Amino acid sequence: MNNKKNEPLFHVVKRDDITRKKAWGIRAIAIVAALVVCAVITIAFTGDNPISVYATMVQGAFGSVRKTWVTLQNLSILLLISLALTPAFRMRFWNCGGEGQVLMGGLAAAACMITLGDKLPSAVVIILMIITSILAGAIWAVIPGVCKALWNTNETLSTLMMNYIAMQLVAYYTVFWENPKGSGKIGIINQNTNVGWLPEVGNKYLLSIIIGLLITAFLYVYIYYSKHGYEVCVVGESERTARYVGIKVEKVIIRTMVLSGALCGLVGLLLVGGINHTITTTIVGGQGFTAIMVSWLAKFNPITMIFTSFLIIFLGRGAGEIATVFELNQSFSDILTGIILFFIIGCEFFIAYKVKFNKKKGGNE
Amino acid sequence: MFNFLISFIPRAVGQGIPLLYGSTGEIITEKSGNLNLGIPGVMYVGGIAGVIGAFFYEQSGNMNPFLGIMIPLLCSLLGSFLMGLLYCFLTVTLRANQNVTGLAMTTFGVGIGNFFGGSLIKISGADVPTIALSQTSIYFSKTLPFASKCGWFGQVFLSYGFLAYLAIVIALIASYILKHTRTGLHLRAVGEDSATADAAGINVTKYKYVTTCIGCMIAGLGGLYYVMDYACGVWSNDAFGDRGWLAIALVIFTIWRPNVSIFASILFGGLYILYLFIPTGMEHMEVKELYKMLPYIVTLVVLIVSSMRNKRENQPPASLGLSYFREAR
Repeated sequence: MNNKKNEPLFHVVKRDDITRKKAWGIRAIAIVAALVVCAVITIAFTGDNPISVYATMVQGAFGSVRKTWVTLQNLSILLLISLALTPAFRMRFWNCGGEGQVLMGGLAAAACMITLGDKLPSAVVIILMIITSILAGAIWAVIPGVCKALWNTNETLSTLMMNYIAMQLVAYYTVFWENPKGSGKIGIINQNTNVGWLPEVGNKYLLSIIIGLLITAFLYVYIYYSKHGYEVCVVGESERTARYVGIKVEKVIIRTMVLSGALCGLVGLLLVGGINHTITTTIVGGQGFTAIMVSWLAKFNPITMIFTSFLIIFLGRGAGEIATVFELNQSFSDILTGIILFFIIGCEFFIAYKVKFNKKKGGNE
Repeated sequence: MFNFLISFIPRAVGQGIPLLYGSTGEIITEKSGNLNLGIPGVMYVGGIAGVIGAFFYEQSGNMNPFLGIMIPLLCSLLGSFLMGLLYCFLTVTLRANQNVTGLAMTTFGVGIGNFFGGSLIKISGADVPTIALSQTSIYFSKTLPFASKCGWFGQVFLSYGFLAYLAIVIALIASYILKHTRTGLHLRAVGEDSATADAAGINVTKYKYVTTCIGCMIAGLGGLYYVMDYACGVWSNDAFGDRGWLAIALVIFTIWRPNVSIFASILFGGLYILYLFIPTGMEHMEVKELYKMLPYIVTLVVLIVSSMRNKRENQPPASLGLSYFREAR
């Protein structure tokens, strides 16, 4: 038996260390490969040549001043949700509940606008909206957080369930406050009085972009240069080490989830108070899930996250434009996004590990 | 009350069967240590692949019942098998993060479903945004000939297409294999502690690949059942909704037991449509939305309570969500 031993063609070795340059080189190759595959698929469906396919995508994202602003606004919203989830992820707490936390923030903001709209001046309503939406998001995140801290409840599953509870709660209030009656939706809130609409800075897109940049800077400092951020990182790396050095793990988990949820609530406020002025169950549009991937792709680094969320938004809007121009289905962008994600997810393997081809020994075969 | 039950139970079962397929598939996947959050996407792909097969077969003209069932069935199995293979390749061979891979698969799968669904609608040139595969649906939802003659018994137990019974059979087989066979023991060992299983001579990679692919194929059948039987062969985009997530919720609710899932999925199916049967009056339509929340709240409570009681046999597989690399310490 032994002399018939087959030598495998290659084996896998864990890399000790990899230079940043090389790691990004591998990722760049993966993205290029993914774009080539996407182009092949797009050509198969549209029969267009590859260069004009990409031209159409750029057109979709930056074709006009308005389109550029919308792209930037979408970018900052996705970036904000990703940033909000990041502290939890650094703690290895899989917060899949971004969707629900943002919705609850939005619901709280909408509740203030609707119930207090004709009773209080706009400034007071806005202050109340900020407080309640941040609180609502935080509460929605802290419930799974407390369960995890006290009883080690699986957080991926509990946050997922919280999403759908939030969604049904929004559905409930949508019918409760529907306007006009029987339409099944809330319509634009306070359309005539504009009470509770967040003030415009420059133009109507800039506010969320500025907040996005501010939060990026804040989280960068929080994660890399604060005691809290350090504690989060230690808990994520090894809970036992954290306990040994005297970090109160339960406290860190709950505190981080409050932060995570509060930031999600803030996004809800921006979506309802600043951008849409209404609330629906689909207002977040799955970005709570996309944000998980954005954050992970960026290796939980807030600065890198700007680029990864840009990549996703660019693809989404670009593929949307292709779909419109060639009269394809809008879901085309989901397929392209999926393919690119698969490539990037797969390439992480080649960053962590090295494939070594075995030299064939002479004699056999 | 009796009449209510007779009209309620068949609908609850109809709602429950897709969930049963999804949860059985996800349970055996999770038993191998793979937390496949791509199940909602896989179920979409299973549904649309069957629809594509049936669509072109119906277009080709003369139909025969055997091929009318086999073509959509095989297409559906193939579609969800490919999704399972993709997931395994990324998470087992390339050791990618399972949460991220699963979520990407959900985006991708739902995208595929809606894209091809939309494209087929365009090809068929219908006025409404749906594809109706009435002929194929008749084959799939064919009941036993004497079912309608058996009164209430027939309505409650015999009024379903063959895929519904297949779901129950698959769940029972899965439950038996997991609990009472050597294969099941090995599989559970892989899910609990891959390194120990590897040391005992179990091929971890093979077990993970095979179970995840089979799990995906079972889940994909849930999508097929929904379109062909429950929805009477009508595909419309996004109609499948969030059932995939409910299937994942069921896995926790049943504490990883496919045989419990048979009743649990029918219960969930019932909770899912309970709002249709609750008289709320025109004044309080909004209360119905709260009833739709029930399955999720129930699952959350079960999840929290089972973690509070912390009984060892009620815990998720210990290495759930972790990739295995032999040389890692």
